Amino acid sequence: MKTFRFLTTVAVIAMASALAAEEPVQGGTLNAVIQPEPPGLMLGLIQNGPTQMVAGQIYESLLRYDTDLNPMPSLAKEWSKSDDGLTYTFTLQDDVVWHDGAPFTSADVVFSVDVFLRETHARLRASLVHVASIEAPDDKTVVFTLNQPFGPFLGIFEVGTMPMIPKHIYEGTDFANNPANNTPIGTGPFKFQEWERGSYIHLVKNEDYYLEGKPHLDEIYYQVIPDAASRAVAFETGQVDLLPGGSIENFDIPRLTAMDNVCTTNAGWEFFGPHSWMWLNMHEGPMTDKNLRKAVMHALDREFARDALWNGNGTVAKGPVSSVTRFHEENTPDISFNPEKAKEYLAASGYDGETLRILPLPYGETWQRWAEATRQNLAEVGINSELVATDVAGWNQKVGAWDFDMAFTYLYQYGDPALGVARTYISSNIAQGSPWNNVSGYVNEEVDALFADAAIQADDAARQELYTKAQDIIVDDVPVAWMLELEFPTIYRCDLKNPVSTAIGVNDGLRDAWLVQN
Amino acid sequence: MKAFWFRYRQNRGAVIGLVILALVLLCAVAAPFLFPRSPWSMVQRPFLPPFTMDGLPLGTDALGRDVLSGLFHGARVSLLVGLVSTVVALAIGIPIGALAGYYGGLADDMLMRFTEFFQTIPSFALAIVLLAIFQPSLAYVILAIAIVSWPPVARLVRGEVLSLRHREFVEAATLSGQSNLAIILKQVLPNALPPIIVLASLMVATAILLESSLSFLGLGDPNVMSWGYMIGAARTVLRTAWWLSFIPGIAIVLTVLALNLIGEGLNDALNPRLRRRQS
Repeated sequence: MKTFRFLTTVAVIAMASALAAEEPVQGGTLNAVIQPEPPGLMLGLIQNGPTQMVAGQIYESLLRYDTDLNPMPSLAKEWSKSDDGLTYTFTLQDDVVWHDGAPFTSADVVFSVDVFLRETHARLRASLVHVASIEAPDDKTVVFTLNQPFGPFLGIFEVGTMPMIPKHIYEGTDFANNPANNTPIGTGPFKFQEWERGSYIHLVKNEDYYLEGKPHLDEIYYQVIPDAASRAVAFETGQVDLLPGGSIENFDIPRLTAMDNVCTTNAGWEFFGPHSWMWLNMHEGPMTDKNLRKAVMHALDREFARDALWNGNGTVAKGPVSSVTRFHEENTPDISFNPEKAKEYLAASGYDGETLRILPLPYGETWQRWAEATRQNLAEVGINSELVATDVAGWNQKVGAWDFDMAFTYLYQYGDPALGVARTYISSNIAQGSPWNNVSGYVNEEVDALFADAAIQADDAARQELYTKAQDIIVDDVPVAWMLELEFPTIYRCDLKNPVSTAIGVNDGLRDAWLVQN
Repeated sequence: MKAFWFRYRQNRGAVIGLVILALVLLCAVAAPFLFPRSPWSMVQRPFLPPFTMDGLPLGTDALGRDVLSGLFHGARVSLLVGLVSTVVALAIGIPIGALAGYYGGLADDMLMRFTEFFQTIPSFALAIVLLAIFQPSLAYVILAIAIVSWPPVARLVRGEVLSLRHREFVEAATLSGQSNLAIILKQVLPNALPPIIVLASLMVATAILLESSLSFLGLGDPNVMSWGYMIGAARTVLRTAWWLSFIPGIAIVLTVLALNLIGEGLNDALNPRLRRRQS
């Protein structure tokens, strides 16, 4: 009898898992949170976080990336690279149409990249300097020819980096003021339906999508809920079923994930690799002293910050390149928490007890607490510091004007050091006024040369060697105090299946998601 | 003085208020001796509930900081802000009110319109705006609170001075050749003092509340551990660690209550004609 019951249990479990692995079902409405409300949805013109999150369902690019950053087919079904690394040929999918019914062809690709995005997209433009020509020998083929090998080239075909723009709508118009920007037309799995400002954005299924049977969902509502506590409550009460990473405060996460039927994943941010650190002002003042910078670095208890402030989510950073980014080097010089070592470096430095200014990131409680913990970490080894209260505008202004000693920030890495890491450390990127460039003012000619060289290598092994060398040098120089590789859990009702399957998560993953119908 | 104390202690609440305030003062004075480490020190694991570990009777907050230490050091900040901002507010309000009341006419009109200008703006909103303009540091918090709390002082002093202005002793002083300044300082103001003292005790309470509210909103000095900061930092974990907001909240309630009771007692003691509680 006992055995029988055991077997039944096994059978039930087996059936349950068979049910769980069942085929996607069609239909259903997904309610998601979008925070903050995006300024617009025309992805070719605006690329901030919430815009990418919504517009990633409307627009598509040639490639998608899995969570290990390997390219997957999207609008391009095949691609090949010439042996010299100079020519890349893409073959487009068949039967792709724009949301207005016009066919999508290679002419659209050439227009998007060479005309539209070259004009509007600063980050892509920086990569396009390596591209000599973009040609369309026939309707289904696009050929990119480079001036020189460009290592990260296959990494720039992500939808937020290179969205396909409809040529028939935008050619010859004033891109920024085209009325069509309010009703975005893409090739993606969902079509723009309606945007009630301050309330919701409504997308509906693209019935003519080129992949048979996709998308599975009928419609998506992105709810605009300005207050973080209200967003958490909206999820608790079932008003929304998907909280993209970062949409609620960290301290609410344990409460929500403890609820029944709630799933969570930390995947889906690999392409961005959000990396946090403190800028150390090397332009002037006490932080120009390398020993003091090392003292600061070793004084920081980053495990504690991760556990107490980020609910244990995240990885203690080993250096400038995130572990989810390509060419990460694990064995960089030691920068772990070590107060004794910090005191030694402090004694060797010229620090005379003056009070250093810490600029917290004005993004809410977690960052404020983090700055407080940091101030205390520094005090424990004998470094005096104070927090400078500031709002977002003041933070931008102060960081851009180098008016700080230490300043919290975090930036995206875009999968490749050439795309998202070099900009922080190369000396040609020092310019007052921007909080996103080499703000520390780090100048090291060897590092400049290594980054320049590594970007134009076709061979990955050669790139790894150069990047490893660069990471070793940078970590030893401590131009910034690396904190954590951040992780932003995506929280969703378990009825929603497969929302995160790519390196940009829910930004383009809802194509493959489906809802269990009760 | 003896008579004053006799009348004061007639009001039992006022005596209790005085005892509470004395305790708070004691905490403030003893803080650096009892808790020599900074109240920001992270001493234990975060979210330790009260009464679970020796040496940390009130537990720890979200970063593992000693709540009791924060409470003691917070008392210093609250009392400092309350007292200094009240002194500053009096320093602004008394001269304006006295001049307006004594000289009357055009001076009165102009000074009172100026005062009303401040009175028409909700004081808390004005304090927020001032701190958004200034850098939020303790000195500016005190200044902002003083700037929003002087108008009632000015109006009260003006009223008192107006009623004293034409009394015989003032006229006698005028006849004896004293200067206007001397008359205001030596004859009028001392007689206007009792209601000002009562008002001042209540203003200290209001200032403590204002500072707490500002810190709660994150507009306080981020380098100073105050009760309002403690509540503000803990409000986000209200559902999981309610005591972190509750404990400093109680401290504020008791201190403000004590000051109000004292104010009432002073009112009774200084206005014998208004003696309400005879037992």
